[in-house]
Amino acid sequence: MGLSAAGILLPTIPGLGRSVDPGVLLEAGMDVAVKKRLADAALNAAKAKGATYTDVRIGRYLNQFVVTREDKVQNIANTESYGVGVRVIANGCWGFAALVDAKNEADVARAAEEAVAIAKANSRLIKQPVQLAPQQGYGEVSWKAPIKQNAFEVPIKEKVDLLLGVNAAAMKNGANYVNSVLFMVNEQKYIATSDGTYADQDIHRIWPIFNVTCIDPKSGKFETRNALSAPSGMGYDYLQVNPADKVTGVTTRYNKGYDMLEDVTAAAQQAKQKLSAKSVEAGKYDLVLDPSHLWLTIHESVGHPLELDRVLGYEANFAGTSFATLDKWQSKNFQYGSKLVNFVADKQQVGSLGAVGYDDEGVKTKQWDLVRDGILVNYQAIRDQAAIIGEKASHGCCYADSWSTVQFQRMPNVSLSAGKTPLSVADMIKDVKKGIYIVGDGSFSIDQQRYNFQFGGQLFYEIKDGQIAGMLKDVAYQSNTQEFWNSCAAICDERDYRLGGSFFDGKGQPSQSSAVSHGSATTRFNGVNVINTARKI
Amino acid sequence: MATILTEAEARALLQKVLNYSKADECEVNLSGDISGNIRYARNEVSTSGAKTNQNLVVQSAYGKKVGTATIDEFDDASLEKVVRRSEELAKLAPENPEYVGILGPQTYLKSNGYFASTANLTPDARAAAVAKSLELTRAANLTGAGFMEDSHGYQAMMNSKGLFAYYPSTNVNFSLTVRTADGKGSGYVARGYSDVSKLDTAAATRIAMQKAAASASAKALEPGKYTVILEPTAAAVLMENVFFNMDARSADEGRSFLSKPGGKTKLGEKLMDPRVTIYSDPTNPDLPASPWAGDGQAQKKITWIDKGVVTNMFYSRYWAQKQGKTPVPFPNNAIMAGGTASLEDMIKGTQRGILVTKLWYIRPVDPQTLLYTGLTRDGTFYIENGKIKHAVKNFRFNESPVIMLNNLEVLGKPERVVSTESQGNYLIPPMKIREFTFSSLSDAV
Repeated sequence: MGLSAAGILLPTIPGLGRSVDPGVLLEAGMDVAVKKRLADAALNAAKAKGATYTDVRIGRYLNQFVVTREDKVQNIANTESYGVGVRVIANGCWGFAALVDAKNEADVARAAEEAVAIAKANSRLIKQPVQLAPQQGYGEVSWKAPIKQNAFEVPIKEKVDLLLGVNAAAMKNGANYVNSVLFMVNEQKYIATSDGTYADQDIHRIWPIFNVTCIDPKSGKFETRNALSAPSGMGYDYLQVNPADKVTGVTTRYNKGYDMLEDVTAAAQQAKQKLSAKSVEAGKYDLVLDPSHLWLTIHESVGHPLELDRVLGYEANFAGTSFATLDKWQSKNFQYGSKLVNFVADKQQVGSLGAVGYDDEGVKTKQWDLVRDGILVNYQAIRDQAAIIGEKASHGCCYADSWSTVQFQRMPNVSLSAGKTPLSVADMIKDVKKGIYIVGDGSFSIDQQRYNFQFGGQLFYEIKDGQIAGMLKDVAYQSNTQEFWNSCAAICDERDYRLGGSFFDGKGQPSQSSAVSHGSATTRFNGVNVINTARKI
Repeated sequence: MATILTEAEARALLQKVLNYSKADECEVNLSGDISGNIRYARNEVSTSGAKTNQNLVVQSAYGKKVGTATIDEFDDASLEKVVRRSEELAKLAPENPEYVGILGPQTYLKSNGYFASTANLTPDARAAAVAKSLELTRAANLTGAGFMEDSHGYQAMMNSKGLFAYYPSTNVNFSLTVRTADGKGSGYVARGYSDVSKLDTAAATRIAMQKAAASASAKALEPGKYTVILEPTAAAVLMENVFFNMDARSADEGRSFLSKPGGKTKLGEKLMDPRVTIYSDPTNPDLPASPWAGDGQAQKKITWIDKGVVTNMFYSRYWAQKQGKTPVPFPNNAIMAGGTASLEDMIKGTQRGILVTKLWYIRPVDPQTLLYTGLTRDGTFYIENGKIKHAVKNFRFNESPVIMLNNLEVLGKPERVVSTESQGNYLIPPMKIREFTFSSLSDAV
């Protein structure tokens, strides 16, 4: 339905597989020749039972969490999940079966046969057979995330020392409480399709986060400040920041690397500063939105409404449908945003969470336009949807969160293109008379067709006559998707382009999670409605 | 080995695991469940599946050094391996000053949450239940998108101090969104039961169909403060955020809606209307729950809010020890007491107000005041002089359940509901609230 509201700072995160000891995470995965043998067993078995299409996913999913608060390590968890999922089309209908710990050909073949049997049984319930976009086979190929340091190779002690150092810095700078977490993911995925693709892929993700709380003992008021890190498709190298990747200004923000110690030091001071910040006066403001904030607005108001399965009604009972209906796209003149607004879908962007070589149905990934010069031009579609929007091939954005779950259309990285004319953040602010500059993501909520939304943030600065006039609090803005993107008045140039994102985008029943990045440069929106969220209980 | 173990089988397996232990303390949690589901959209089945899970969690401790390992294979070699692995992790771990040791044997209340009707539900019966729903929406030229999932399973635990616990349970959830062919009307229904024989998918479908058809020509009302009647499905997603936030440690630390200046809390203070009583009771026949917590503590009947006064908060065993209090585990169910009025009675007694079927995308805005935002969805209606006059366009709200429960007008008869946010099941009454804050309009249907 959207991003999970579940606290990611919880010491235990269930459902990610069985936990294992740290050494296991460094063992090499299964040899690719063995994977091919298992896959061929499934492909052949499915074909023999009458499948007209088959894909086999062999997955090993590794996670590691280090969870701390103040001077204590609360949890160190290592999880591993391995298995095989087989998806087929038989009698024009999809069927799927999954097998845990599948290490021999006979077992995998049986899973394939079960998938065919399910497809045949369900084929009585469908009116139209599945229509798959044609797809060439690529033979035996591989793809590896371009990481410099595998996070799973870094000793636990180094990670514990980093987080306890971060917590100590927060406490030293005035925090009353601090929680911090390092969250690391490695997906070792192999997909074989009956079109002749055998793709072996190694995907890495990392997310360092913290939450700092400051309390005013007199009033009992408390304020928090979360990390300005972005979850990243990088290795442990994300934590080694190059000075050129720091963006200075009202607070330091980060591009391709992250300085957790520096950010937590600022966070503790800023959480304290928030306690005495001015409560915002509700009204219309011009908003200047930092990429660490804007990624979430893009995710909710652009990424989700352009998922074709939502547009068609397949998510009506959970995630919802979409205002961006087919007739609007067909008109070729639906003004999604102002002329400055270009949204690009991308499954290749280096360092992003969505980057892979091949998607979970063996389609080579690419980038494509969703909104060009403000006009809606495309959606996100996979092989069984491409024909509906007149595309000859899938966009390559099919994903399953486990070998045990069925792959379906998931959001690629969806990003706002940087401005074409040179513009710095300082110059953008100079031009604003009455505005608010927002950094970091906060509260978020949007309706089921993606019209009306409300967003908060981490840091709010008042802009008066082109100058930053101090910190504000109790700020949230409300708008309507089309109105908001049409109020886009300026976008900084590519020097300011940065990625944000989430590990936990939820969709489907039973719900599946996916990780996705959204890029943008600082962007200005004119005359947006800001509310004051302060209450008394 | 079967996935669902009997009490005797679970006891034998747990004893075997403990026999491998060499640590100072060892605690083992065991679970297994089998679930099946059907998903449909555009009046057609889209996906269906079955899932089997089994899991064994071993926690070993040497002094205050604790390690945990988990496995899903139960052959003897795997059982010994998982014990050794947890012991290795414990030896590597830094001392956890918050580790308070394992409990000895406990006495538990009796709670029946296992119904053979649900456990024995066949794929054919599940398909037939969904078919009843699909037949109705297809015949009425309305579009149904729904999900039905049933499960049966058990949880068990044993530790080296002789504690043993076992609890089998079943559950079925059914939810449906019905939309009109022109996309202008939408209605929703959700049902959750332990006993599937209580589930009537046809009756539930008729409710969503009626709401869809009736909401097709919605009129816009100005945002502002309105008297609302929240159906239990709508109330649940706000109320569960009261339950989730009743932790004593956060309150004592000064970062909860229950905190007061100077390290004090609102325990013992009147926080809501005197008709508000919220409690947990694992033995409630309409919402049975496990009578023990994951660490073996007994779950008892306990009142959190009594006649508007905060009477209890959750205390972890560590925090209770530190504060000199009795530990109170996070409960396994939550119930809000109500009155006797039906939803129809409540509508009849309303001069002007808005009936809300469902609230959607609920997110915290301010943890200090428990302020939440979200939107109405799938059936929002204007009431005038005791009657539903017409559908209204959906609203965004910004409201705190604490403020809301001070503005209480009427509580109706509680019913079992499924949270559309957490999927948790609760007993919640419909509630009439004055001055509920709608802050903007939404074009969404």
